[in-house]
Amino acid sequence: MRAILTVIGKDTVGIIASVSHILAKLNINILDINQTVLQEYFTMIMLVDYKASSVSFEQIKTELNNVGDEIGMVIRIQREEIFDSMHKL
Amino acid sequence: MINQGEILSTIKMIESENLDVRTITMGLSLRDCIDTDANKSCDKIIKKITTYAKDLVKTGEEIEAEYGIPIVNKRISVTPISLIAESSDAKSYVCYAKALDKAAKEVDVDFLGGFSALVEKGFTKGDRILLDSIPEALAQTDVVCSSVNIGGTKSGINMDAVKQMGQIIKKTADLTKDKDGLGCAKLVVFTNAVPDNPFMAGAFHGVGEGECVINVGVSGPGVVRSVLKDLKGLPFDEVAETIKKTAFKITRIGQLVAKEASMRLGATFGIVDLSLAPTPAVGDSVARILEEMGISACGAHGTTAALALLNDAVKKGGVMASSNVGGLSGAFIPVSEDEGMIEAVRKGSLTLDKLESMTCVCSVGLDMIALPGHTPAETISAIIADEAAIGMVNSKTTAVRIIPVPGKNVGDMVEFGGLLGSAPIMPYSSESSIDFINRGGRIPAPLHALKN
Repeated sequence: MRAILTVIGKDTVGIIASVSHILAKLNINILDINQTVLQEYFTMIMLVDYKASSVSFEQIKTELNNVGDEIGMVIRIQREEIFDSMHKL
Repeated sequence: MINQGEILSTIKMIESENLDVRTITMGLSLRDCIDTDANKSCDKIIKKITTYAKDLVKTGEEIEAEYGIPIVNKRISVTPISLIAESSDAKSYVCYAKALDKAAKEVDVDFLGGFSALVEKGFTKGDRILLDSIPEALAQTDVVCSSVNIGGTKSGINMDAVKQMGQIIKKTADLTKDKDGLGCAKLVVFTNAVPDNPFMAGAFHGVGEGECVINVGVSGPGVVRSVLKDLKGLPFDEVAETIKKTAFKITRIGQLVAKEASMRLGATFGIVDLSLAPTPAVGDSVARILEEMGISACGAHGTTAALALLNDAVKKGGVMASSNVGGLSGAFIPVSEDEGMIEAVRKGSLTLDKLESMTCVCSVGLDMIALPGHTPAETISAIIADEAAIGMVNSKTTAVRIIPVPGKNVGDMVEFGGLLGSAPIMPYSSESSIDFINRGGRIPAPLHALKN
Protein backbone atom coordinates (compact mmCIF):
# COMPACT_ATOMS: atom_id res chain seq x y z
CA MET A 1 0.00 0.00 0.00
CA ARG A 2 2.34 2.69 -1.24
CA ALA A 3 1.52 6.29 -1.97
CA ILE A 4 3.25 9.39 -3.21
CA LEU A 5 3.05 12.39 -0.94
CA THR A 6 3.83 15.80 -2.39
CA VAL A 7 4.37 18.95 -0.38
CA ILE A 8 4.54 22.17 -2.36
CA GLY A 9 4.66 25.80 -1.24
CA LYS A 10 6.83 28.66 -0.02
CA ASP A 11 9.87 27.47 1.95
CA THR A 12 9.74 27.92 5.68
CA VAL A 13 11.27 26.41 8.84
CA GLY A 14 9.96 23.04 10.03
CA ILE A 15 8.15 21.65 6.98
CA ILE A 16 9.83 18.24 7.09
CA ALA A 17 9.46 18.11 10.86
CA SER A 18 5.70 18.79 10.70
CA VAL A 19 5.08 16.30 7.89
CA SER A 20 7.22 13.54 9.45
CA HIS A 21 5.53 14.11 12.79
CA ILE A 22 2.03 13.54 11.44
CA LEU A 23 3.18 10.54 9.38
CA ALA A 24 4.70 8.96 12.50
CA LYS A 25 1.51 9.65 14.42
CA LEU A 26 -0.52 7.90 11.70
CA ASN A 27 1.98 5.00 11.64
CA ILE A 28 2.93 5.68 8.01
CA ASN A 29 6.44 4.62 7.03
CA ILE A 30 8.61 6.89 4.86
CA LEU A 31 10.45 4.86 2.18
CA ASP A 32 12.10 7.63 0.18
CA ILE A 33 12.36 11.41 0.22
CA ASN A 34 13.28 13.83 -2.55
CA GLN A 35 13.35 17.54 -1.82
CA THR A 36 14.32 20.70 -3.69
CA VAL A 37 14.06 24.43 -3.12
CA LEU A 38 13.90 26.56 -6.24
CA GLN A 39 13.61 30.35 -5.79
CA GLU A 40 12.07 29.96 -2.31
CA TYR A 41 9.64 27.43 -3.74
CA PHE A 42 9.74 24.23 -1.74
CA THR A 43 8.90 20.88 -3.34
CA MET A 44 9.11 17.64 -1.41
CA ILE A 45 8.12 14.26 -2.75
CA MET A 46 7.89 11.29 -0.42
CA LEU A 47 7.25 7.64 -1.14
CA VAL A 48 5.35 6.26 1.84
CA ASP A 49 3.84 2.95 2.92
CA TYR A 50 0.52 3.24 4.77
CA LYS A 51 -0.10 -0.51 5.17
CA ALA A 52 0.38 -0.41 8.94
CA SER A 53 -1.77 2.67 9.46
CA SER A 54 -4.98 1.96 11.30
CA VAL A 55 -6.95 4.92 9.91
CA SER A 56 -8.68 5.14 6.51
CA PHE A 57 -7.14 6.78 3.44
CA GLU A 58 -9.77 9.52 3.72
CA GLN A 59 -8.72 10.19 7.30
CA ILE A 60 -5.03 10.31 6.30
CA LYS A 61 -5.91 12.90 3.63
CA THR A 62 -7.83 15.02 6.12
CA GLU A 63 -5.01 14.95 8.70
CA LEU A 64 -2.45 15.89 6.05
CA ASN A 65 -4.66 18.71 4.77
CA ASN A 66 -4.91 20.08 8.29
CA VAL A 67 -1.13 20.07 8.67
CA GLY A 68 -0.83 21.67 5.22
CA ASP A 69 -3.16 24.48 6.28
CA GLU A 70 -1.18 25.03 9.48
CA ILE A 71 2.18 25.42 7.74
CA GLY A 72 0.84 27.08 4.59
CA MET A 73 1.74 24.26 2.18
CA VAL A 74 -0.32 22.17 -0.24
CA ILE A 75 0.01 18.50 0.77
CA ARG A 76 -1.34 15.79 -1.53
CA ILE A 77 -1.32 12.05 -1.11
CA GLN A 78 -2.09 9.79 -4.07
CA ARG A 79 -1.69 6.05 -4.48
CA GLU A 80 1.52 5.22 -6.32
CA GLU A 81 -0.23 3.33 -9.14
CA ILE A 82 -1.54 6.49 -10.82
CA PHE A 83 2.04 7.65 -11.50
CA ASP A 84 3.22 4.17 -12.40
CA SER A 85 0.45 3.63 -14.91
CA MET A 86 0.99 7.01 -16.54
CA HIS A 87 4.78 7.01 -16.80
CA LYS A 88 5.91 3.35 -16.91
CA LEU A 89 5.27 0.88 -19.68
CA MET B 1 10.83 5.98 -7.05
CA ILE B 2 9.36 7.60 -10.15
CA ASN B 3 11.22 10.77 -10.96
CA GLN B 4 10.16 14.10 -9.60
CA GLY B 5 9.42 15.63 -13.01
CA GLU B 6 6.96 12.88 -13.87
CA ILE B 7 5.15 13.15 -10.56
CA LEU B 8 4.84 16.90 -10.88
CA SER B 9 3.70 16.65 -14.52
CA THR B 10 0.82 14.37 -13.48
CA ILE B 11 -0.17 16.78 -10.74
CA LYS B 12 -0.01 19.72 -13.17
CA MET B 13 -2.27 17.91 -15.66
CA ILE B 14 -4.87 17.33 -12.95
CA GLU B 15 -4.62 20.67 -11.17
CA SER B 16 -4.22 23.17 -13.98
CA GLU B 17 -5.08 21.40 -17.24
CA ASN B 18 -8.42 19.86 -16.24
CA LEU B 19 -7.38 16.23 -16.68
CA ASP B 20 -10.19 14.07 -15.41
CA VAL B 21 -12.03 10.83 -15.82
CA ARG B 22 -15.27 12.08 -17.31
CA THR B 23 -17.37 9.14 -16.27
CA ILE B 24 -17.56 5.70 -14.76
CA THR B 25 -20.61 4.18 -16.42
CA MET B 26 -22.12 0.95 -15.18
CA GLY B 27 -23.76 -0.97 -18.04
CA LEU B 28 -26.56 -3.12 -16.69
CA SER B 29 -28.68 -5.68 -18.48
CA LEU B 30 -32.39 -5.40 -17.72
CA ARG B 31 -33.34 -8.45 -19.76
CA ASP B 32 -34.44 -10.32 -16.64
CA CYS B 33 -36.84 -7.46 -15.76
CA ILE B 34 -39.27 -8.21 -18.59
CA ASP B 35 -42.86 -8.84 -17.47
CA THR B 36 -46.29 -8.78 -19.12
CA ASP B 37 -47.38 -6.48 -16.28
CA ALA B 38 -45.68 -3.08 -16.74
CA ASN B 39 -45.88 -2.27 -13.01
CA LYS B 40 -44.15 -5.50 -12.08
CA SER B 41 -41.52 -4.89 -14.75
CA CYS B 42 -40.85 -1.38 -13.40
CA ASP B 43 -40.52 -2.74 -9.85
CA LYS B 44 -37.99 -5.30 -11.07
CA ILE B 45 -36.04 -2.56 -12.87
CA ILE B 46 -35.89 -0.36 -9.76
CA LYS B 47 -34.83 -3.31 -7.61
CA LYS B 48 -32.13 -4.41 -10.05
CA ILE B 49 -30.61 -0.95 -10.51
CA THR B 50 -30.64 -0.09 -6.81
CA THR B 51 -29.04 -3.45 -5.99
CA TYR B 52 -26.28 -3.53 -8.59
CA ALA B 53 -25.45 0.19 -8.53
CA LYS B 54 -25.87 0.88 -4.82
CA ASP B 55 -22.12 1.34 -4.31
CA LEU B 56 -21.31 2.91 -7.69
CA VAL B 57 -21.10 6.53 -6.51
CA LYS B 58 -19.33 5.65 -3.24
CA THR B 59 -16.75 3.52 -5.09
CA GLY B 60 -16.18 6.31 -7.62
CA GLU B 61 -15.59 8.79 -4.82
CA GLU B 62 -13.19 6.43 -3.04
CA ILE B 63 -11.11 5.94 -6.20
CA GLU B 64 -11.16 9.70 -6.76
CA ALA B 65 -9.79 10.30 -3.26
CA GLU B 66 -7.15 7.59 -3.32
CA TYR B 67 -5.67 8.40 -6.71
CA GLY B 68 -6.29 12.13 -6.63
CA ILE B 69 -7.96 12.12 -10.04
CA PRO B 70 -11.38 13.80 -10.41
CA ILE B 71 -14.14 11.47 -11.62
CA VAL B 72 -16.71 13.97 -12.82
CA ASN B 73 -19.77 11.76 -13.38
CA LYS B 74 -21.05 8.37 -12.28
CA ARG B 75 -23.64 7.02 -14.69
CA ILE B 76 -25.69 3.97 -15.56
CA SER B 77 -26.62 2.59 -18.98
CA VAL B 78 -29.31 -0.05 -19.42
CA THR B 79 -30.66 -2.36 -22.11
CA PRO B 80 -32.76 -0.38 -24.64
CA ILE B 81 -36.14 -0.03 -22.94
CA SER B 82 -38.07 -0.79 -26.14
CA LEU B 83 -36.83 -4.39 -25.77
CA ILE B 84 -37.71 -4.61 -22.06
CA ALA B 85 -41.14 -2.98 -22.25
CA GLU B 86 -42.29 -4.61 -25.46
CA SER B 87 -43.80 -7.72 -23.80
CA SER B 88 -45.81 -5.60 -21.38
CA ASP B 89 -49.39 -4.41 -21.69
CA ALA B 90 -48.34 -0.73 -21.45
CA LYS B 91 -49.60 1.68 -24.12
CA SER B 92 -47.01 4.28 -23.14
CA TYR B 93 -43.53 3.73 -21.73
CA VAL B 94 -43.39 6.95 -19.72
CA CYS B 95 -43.89 4.79 -16.60
CA TYR B 96 -40.64 2.98 -17.45
CA ALA B 97 -38.79 6.30 -17.77
CA LYS B 98 -40.12 7.36 -14.38
CA ALA B 99 -38.99 4.05 -12.84
CA LEU B 100 -35.50 4.58 -14.30
CA ASP B 101 -35.44 8.16 -12.99
CA LYS B 102 -36.47 7.01 -9.51
CA ALA B 103 -33.84 4.25 -9.42
CA ALA B 104 -31.11 6.58 -10.73
CA LYS B 105 -31.91 9.18 -8.08
CA GLU B 106 -31.94 6.55 -5.35
CA VAL B 107 -28.35 5.54 -6.16
CA ASP B 108 -27.46 9.20 -6.77
CA VAL B 109 -25.95 8.86 -10.27
CA ASP B 110 -25.69 11.89 -12.56
CA PHE B 111 -27.38 10.34 -15.62
CA LEU B 112 -28.99 7.11 -16.74
CA GLY B 113 -29.09 6.23 -20.43
CA GLY B 114 -31.08 3.60 -22.27
CA PHE B 115 -34.58 4.92 -22.88
CA SER B 116 -33.72 3.78 -26.35
CA ALA B 117 -34.82 1.95 -29.47
CA LEU B 118 -32.86 0.41 -32.34
CA VAL B 119 -34.93 0.99 -35.48
CA GLU B 120 -32.29 1.18 -38.22
CA LYS B 121 -34.18 -1.26 -40.41
CA GLY B 122 -37.74 -1.07 -39.14
CA PHE B 123 -40.08 -0.76 -36.17
CA THR B 124 -41.54 -3.36 -33.85
CA LYS B 125 -44.58 -2.64 -31.69
CA GLY B 126 -42.35 -1.75 -28.73
CA ASP B 127 -40.18 0.56 -30.82
CA ARG B 128 -43.22 2.57 -31.92
CA ILE B 129 -44.54 2.95 -28.38
CA LEU B 130 -41.09 3.98 -27.14
CA LEU B 131 -40.64 6.63 -29.82
CA ASP B 132 -44.10 8.04 -29.09
CA SER B 133 -43.24 8.18 -25.38
CA ILE B 134 -39.91 10.05 -25.73
CA PRO B 135 -41.14 13.68 -25.47
CA GLU B 136 -43.20 13.10 -22.34
CA ALA B 137 -40.59 10.78 -20.82
CA LEU B 138 -37.89 13.45 -21.16
CA ALA B 139 -40.19 16.20 -19.90
CA GLN B 140 -41.26 14.24 -16.82
CA THR B 141 -37.86 12.92 -15.73
CA ASP B 142 -34.59 14.62 -14.79
CA VAL B 143 -31.68 12.28 -15.35
CA VAL B 144 -32.99 9.80 -17.93
CA CYS B 145 -31.41 10.02 -21.39
CA SER B 146 -32.85 8.69 -24.61
CA SER B 147 -31.33 7.57 -27.90
CA VAL B 148 -32.65 6.13 -31.14
CA ASN B 149 -30.53 4.37 -33.76
CA ILE B 150 -32.03 5.17 -37.15
CA GLY B 151 -29.37 3.92 -39.53
CA GLY B 152 -26.23 1.91 -40.05
CA THR B 153 -23.67 0.83 -42.62
CA LYS B 154 -25.14 -2.67 -42.70
CA SER B 155 -28.78 -1.63 -42.64
CA GLY B 156 -29.12 1.64 -44.53
CA ILE B 157 -31.21 4.50 -43.18
CA ASN B 158 -34.77 4.15 -41.91
CA MET B 159 -36.22 7.35 -43.38
CA ASP B 160 -39.59 6.84 -41.64
CA ALA B 161 -37.72 6.96 -38.33
CA VAL B 162 -35.74 10.01 -39.54
CA LYS B 163 -39.03 11.80 -40.27
CA GLN B 164 -40.47 10.89 -36.90
CA MET B 165 -37.35 11.96 -34.99
CA GLY B 166 -37.71 15.50 -36.39
CA GLN B 167 -41.23 15.64 -34.95
CA ILE B 168 -40.13 14.06 -31.65
CA ILE B 169 -37.34 16.61 -31.21
CA LYS B 170 -39.79 19.47 -31.85
CA LYS B 171 -42.32 18.05 -29.41
CA THR B 172 -39.67 17.44 -26.75
CA ALA B 173 -38.49 21.04 -27.09
CA ASP B 174 -42.07 22.25 -26.76
CA LEU B 175 -42.81 20.16 -23.64
CA THR B 176 -39.63 21.48 -21.99
CA LYS B 177 -39.95 25.07 -23.23
CA ASP B 178 -39.82 26.47 -19.70
CA LYS B 179 -36.23 25.15 -19.62
CA ASP B 180 -35.30 26.32 -23.16
CA GLY B 181 -35.96 22.89 -24.68
CA LEU B 182 -33.57 21.13 -22.30
CA GLY B 183 -35.28 17.78 -22.97
CA CYS B 184 -33.60 17.71 -26.39
CA ALA B 185 -30.16 17.80 -24.72
CA LYS B 186 -31.02 14.35 -23.35
CA LEU B 187 -31.94 12.89 -26.75
CA VAL B 188 -29.52 11.55 -29.37
CA VAL B 189 -30.28 10.26 -32.87
CA PHE B 190 -27.62 7.75 -33.89
CA THR B 191 -26.30 6.02 -36.95
CA ASN B 192 -24.05 3.02 -36.22
CA ALA B 193 -24.73 3.37 -32.47
CA VAL B 194 -22.21 1.55 -30.27
CA PRO B 195 -23.35 -0.80 -27.48
CA ASP B 196 -20.68 0.11 -24.91
CA ASN B 197 -20.61 3.92 -25.02
CA PRO B 198 -20.13 5.41 -21.53
CA PHE B 199 -20.97 8.98 -22.64
CA MET B 200 -24.36 10.68 -22.44
CA ALA B 201 -26.87 11.25 -23.72
CA GLY B 202 -26.27 8.30 -26.04
CA ALA B 203 -25.26 5.51 -23.64
CA PHE B 204 -27.21 2.26 -23.64
CA HIS B 205 -26.24 -1.29 -22.70
CA GLY B 206 -26.17 -3.33 -25.91
CA VAL B 207 -27.88 -6.70 -26.17
CA GLY B 208 -24.56 -8.52 -26.71
CA GLU B 209 -23.06 -7.09 -23.53
CA GLY B 210 -22.66 -8.95 -20.23
CA GLU B 211 -24.78 -8.71 -17.10
CA CYS B 212 -22.97 -5.84 -15.40
CA VAL B 213 -20.07 -4.02 -17.02
CA ILE B 214 -17.94 -1.01 -16.15
CA ASN B 215 -17.08 1.35 -19.02
CA VAL B 216 -14.93 4.42 -18.47
CA GLY B 217 -14.65 7.61 -20.50
CA VAL B 218 -11.52 9.71 -20.11
CA SER B 219 -11.03 13.33 -20.98
CA GLY B 220 -8.26 15.84 -21.27
CA PRO B 221 -8.41 18.43 -24.08
CA GLY B 222 -6.60 20.88 -21.78
CA VAL B 223 -3.62 18.55 -21.45
CA VAL B 224 -3.33 18.09 -25.23
CA ARG B 225 -3.54 21.81 -25.84
CA SER B 226 -0.91 22.51 -23.23
CA VAL B 227 1.66 20.18 -24.85
CA LEU B 228 0.98 21.65 -28.29
CA LYS B 229 1.83 25.13 -27.01
CA ASP B 230 5.49 24.08 -26.96
CA LEU B 231 5.41 22.96 -30.62
CA LYS B 232 4.75 26.24 -32.40
CA GLY B 233 5.85 26.14 -36.05
CA LEU B 234 6.95 22.49 -35.99
CA PRO B 235 5.73 20.05 -38.69
CA PHE B 236 2.59 17.94 -38.27
CA ASP B 237 4.56 14.71 -37.79
CA GLU B 238 5.75 16.08 -34.47
CA VAL B 239 2.27 17.33 -33.56
CA ALA B 240 0.84 13.84 -34.17
CA GLU B 241 3.61 12.14 -32.19
CA THR B 242 3.13 14.47 -29.23
CA ILE B 243 -0.66 14.00 -29.19
CA LYS B 244 -0.17 10.22 -29.30
CA LYS B 245 2.12 10.26 -26.28
CA THR B 246 -0.27 12.50 -24.35
CA ALA B 247 -3.29 10.37 -25.27
CA PHE B 248 -1.40 7.33 -24.03
CA LYS B 249 -0.88 8.88 -20.60
CA ILE B 250 -4.47 10.06 -20.32
CA THR B 251 -5.84 6.66 -21.32
CA ARG B 252 -3.63 4.82 -18.85
CA ILE B 253 -5.44 6.65 -16.07
CA GLY B 254 -8.76 5.56 -17.59
CA GLN B 255 -7.55 1.97 -17.69
CA LEU B 256 -6.42 2.11 -14.05
CA VAL B 257 -9.73 3.58 -12.89
CA ALA B 258 -11.77 1.12 -14.99
CA LYS B 259 -9.92 -1.92 -13.63
CA GLU B 260 -10.11 -0.68 -10.06
CA ALA B 261 -13.81 0.23 -10.27
CA SER B 262 -14.83 -3.06 -11.88
CA MET B 263 -12.88 -5.05 -9.29
CA ARG B 264 -14.38 -3.17 -6.33
CA LEU B 265 -17.92 -3.36 -7.74
CA GLY B 266 -17.68 -7.02 -8.73
CA ALA B 267 -18.48 -6.13 -12.34
CA THR B 268 -16.78 -7.02 -15.61
CA PHE B 269 -14.31 -4.49 -17.01
CA GLY B 270 -15.82 -3.44 -20.33
CA ILE B 271 -13.94 -0.78 -22.25
CA VAL B 272 -12.12 2.51 -21.98
CA ASP B 273 -13.51 5.14 -24.33
CA LEU B 274 -10.56 7.18 -25.58
CA SER B 275 -12.48 10.35 -26.12
CA LEU B 276 -11.39 13.93 -25.81
CA ALA B 277 -14.54 15.31 -24.24
CA PRO B 278 -14.55 19.06 -23.64
CA THR B 279 -16.34 20.98 -20.89
CA PRO B 280 -17.45 24.63 -20.90
CA ALA B 281 -14.52 25.44 -18.55
CA VAL B 282 -11.87 27.70 -20.08
CA GLY B 283 -8.88 25.57 -21.11
CA ASP B 284 -10.87 22.35 -21.53
CA SER B 285 -11.76 22.86 -25.19
CA VAL B 286 -11.23 20.76 -28.33
CA ALA B 287 -11.65 23.90 -30.49
CA ARG B 288 -8.67 25.48 -28.76
CA ILE B 289 -6.51 22.43 -29.63
CA LEU B 290 -7.37 22.93 -33.32
CA GLU B 291 -6.55 26.63 -33.01
CA GLU B 292 -3.25 25.76 -31.33
CA MET B 293 -2.31 23.94 -34.57
CA GLY B 294 -2.33 27.28 -36.35
CA ILE B 295 -5.83 28.32 -37.42
CA SER B 296 -6.93 31.66 -36.03
CA ALA B 297 -10.44 30.49 -35.13
CA CYS B 298 -12.19 27.13 -35.15
CA GLY B 299 -14.14 26.81 -38.39
CA ALA B 300 -11.51 28.49 -40.58
CA HIS B 301 -10.19 26.54 -43.59
CA GLY B 302 -7.89 23.85 -42.23
CA THR B 303 -10.13 22.98 -39.29
CA THR B 304 -11.27 19.64 -40.72
CA ALA B 305 -7.70 18.54 -41.43
CA ALA B 306 -6.59 19.56 -37.95
CA LEU B 307 -9.48 17.59 -36.42
CA ALA B 308 -8.69 14.53 -38.55
CA LEU B 309 -5.11 14.53 -37.28
CA LEU B 310 -6.23 15.00 -33.67
CA ASN B 311 -8.85 12.24 -33.85
CA ASP B 312 -6.44 9.75 -35.36
CA ALA B 313 -3.55 10.53 -33.01
CA VAL B 314 -5.80 10.19 -29.95
CA LYS B 315 -6.81 6.70 -31.07
CA LYS B 316 -3.28 5.60 -31.91
CA GLY B 317 -1.92 6.82 -28.58
CA GLY B 318 -4.79 5.46 -26.55
CA VAL B 319 -5.15 2.05 -28.09
CA MET B 320 -1.94 0.70 -26.58
CA ALA B 321 -2.75 2.13 -23.17
CA SER B 322 -5.86 0.07 -22.61
CA SER B 323 -6.54 -3.64 -22.86
CA ASN B 324 -10.01 -3.00 -24.27
CA VAL B 325 -10.87 0.10 -26.22
CA GLY B 326 -14.41 0.82 -27.34
CA GLY B 327 -17.28 3.26 -27.17
CA LEU B 328 -17.00 6.28 -29.43
CA SER B 329 -13.25 6.87 -29.02
CA GLY B 330 -12.14 10.07 -30.69
CA ALA B 331 -12.58 13.81 -30.39
CA PHE B 332 -15.98 15.24 -29.45
CA ILE B 333 -17.24 18.52 -30.85
CA PRO B 334 -20.34 19.44 -28.84
CA VAL B 335 -20.88 23.13 -29.48
CA SER B 336 -22.49 24.25 -26.21
CA GLU B 337 -20.08 22.20 -24.09
CA ASP B 338 -16.90 23.63 -25.57
CA GLU B 339 -15.83 27.16 -24.70
CA GLY B 340 -13.79 27.56 -27.91
CA MET B 341 -16.66 26.32 -30.12
CA ILE B 342 -19.10 28.72 -28.46
CA GLU B 343 -16.72 31.61 -29.10
CA ALA B 344 -16.19 30.50 -32.74
CA VAL B 345 -19.94 30.32 -33.42
CA ARG B 346 -20.42 33.70 -31.76
CA LYS B 347 -17.93 35.42 -34.00
CA GLY B 348 -19.25 33.66 -37.10
CA SER B 349 -16.23 31.53 -37.98
CA LEU B 350 -17.97 28.23 -37.22
CA THR B 351 -21.15 27.38 -39.12
CA LEU B 352 -23.50 24.41 -39.26
CA ASP B 353 -22.07 23.45 -42.67
CA LYS B 354 -18.51 23.44 -41.37
CA LEU B 355 -19.55 21.41 -38.33
CA GLU B 356 -21.12 18.86 -40.67
CA SER B 357 -17.88 18.44 -42.58
CA MET B 358 -15.97 18.14 -39.29
CA THR B 359 -18.21 15.23 -38.28
CA CYS B 360 -16.81 13.24 -41.21
CA VAL B 361 -13.46 12.95 -39.44
CA CYS B 362 -14.24 12.85 -35.72
CA SER B 363 -15.95 10.44 -33.41
CA VAL B 364 -19.48 11.80 -33.17
CA GLY B 365 -21.71 14.23 -35.02
CA LEU B 366 -23.71 17.43 -34.79
CA ASP B 367 -23.79 17.67 -31.03
CA MET B 368 -25.47 20.18 -28.71
CA ILE B 369 -26.41 22.60 -31.46
CA ALA B 370 -29.09 25.18 -30.72
CA LEU B 371 -31.40 26.19 -33.59
CA PRO B 372 -34.27 28.71 -33.68
CA GLY B 373 -37.48 27.43 -32.09
CA HIS B 374 -39.36 27.80 -35.38
CA THR B 375 -37.06 25.38 -37.27
CA PRO B 376 -39.41 23.04 -39.21
CA ALA B 377 -39.48 19.39 -38.09
CA GLU B 378 -38.67 18.37 -41.69
CA THR B 379 -35.51 20.50 -41.66
CA ILE B 380 -34.38 18.81 -38.44
CA SER B 381 -35.13 15.43 -40.07
CA ALA B 382 -33.11 16.44 -43.12
CA ILE B 383 -30.16 17.43 -40.92
CA ILE B 384 -30.42 13.99 -39.28
CA ALA B 385 -30.53 12.33 -42.72
CA ASP B 386 -27.36 14.14 -43.83
CA GLU B 387 -25.50 13.04 -40.71
CA ALA B 388 -26.83 9.51 -41.04
CA ALA B 389 -25.52 9.39 -44.62
CA ILE B 390 -22.05 10.45 -43.42
CA GLY B 391 -22.11 7.73 -40.76
CA MET B 392 -23.47 5.06 -43.08
CA VAL B 393 -21.03 5.65 -45.93
CA ASN B 394 -17.96 6.13 -43.72
CA SER B 395 -18.74 3.16 -41.43
CA LYS B 396 -18.60 5.39 -38.37
CA THR B 397 -20.91 6.50 -35.60
CA THR B 398 -22.69 9.78 -36.12
CA ALA B 399 -25.01 11.36 -33.62
CA VAL B 400 -27.36 14.31 -33.83
CA ARG B 401 -28.30 16.22 -30.70
CA ILE B 402 -30.12 19.36 -31.74
CA ILE B 403 -32.17 21.74 -29.62
CA PRO B 404 -34.74 23.92 -31.43
CA VAL B 405 -35.01 26.42 -28.58
CA PRO B 406 -38.62 27.62 -28.19
CA GLY B 407 -39.01 31.37 -28.59
CA LYS B 408 -35.37 32.00 -29.48
CA ASN B 409 -33.90 33.26 -32.72
CA VAL B 410 -30.57 33.46 -34.50
CA GLY B 411 -28.19 35.60 -32.45
CA ASP B 412 -29.79 34.78 -29.09
CA MET B 413 -27.94 32.73 -26.49
CA VAL B 414 -29.31 29.82 -24.53
CA GLU B 415 -27.97 28.68 -21.15
CA PHE B 416 -28.31 25.02 -20.20
CA GLY B 417 -25.95 25.16 -17.23
CA GLY B 418 -23.47 22.68 -15.82
CA LEU B 419 -21.63 20.39 -18.23
CA LEU B 420 -24.20 21.18 -20.96
CA GLY B 421 -22.96 24.79 -21.11
CA SER B 422 -24.46 27.52 -23.28
CA ALA B 423 -24.95 27.99 -27.02
CA PRO B 424 -25.57 30.72 -29.54
CA ILE B 425 -28.65 29.98 -31.72
CA MET B 426 -27.34 29.04 -35.18
CA PRO B 427 -28.98 29.65 -38.56
CA TYR B 428 -30.13 26.81 -40.84
CA SER B 429 -30.83 26.73 -44.58
CA SER B 430 -34.20 28.33 -45.27
CA GLU B 431 -34.75 26.13 -48.35
CA SER B 432 -37.36 23.41 -47.89
CA SER B 433 -36.68 19.69 -47.38
CA ILE B 434 -40.35 18.81 -46.86
CA ASP B 435 -40.90 16.72 -50.02
CA PHE B 436 -37.62 14.89 -49.42
CA ILE B 437 -38.55 13.89 -45.89
CA ASN B 438 -42.15 13.00 -46.73
CA ARG B 439 -41.02 10.22 -49.09
CA GLY B 440 -40.28 7.88 -46.18
CA GLY B 441 -39.09 4.32 -46.78
CA ARG B 442 -35.49 3.24 -46.50
CA ILE B 443 -32.22 4.37 -48.04
CA PRO B 444 -30.51 1.07 -48.95
CA ALA B 445 -27.23 0.05 -47.32
CA PRO B 446 -24.14 1.05 -49.34
CA LEU B 447 -22.25 -1.46 -51.47
CA HIS B 448 -19.40 -1.76 -48.97
CA ALA B 449 -21.87 -3.23 -46.44
CA LEU B 450 -21.56 -6.47 -48.43
CA LYS B 451 -18.26 -7.61 -46.97
CA ASN B 452 -18.91 -11.34 -46.59
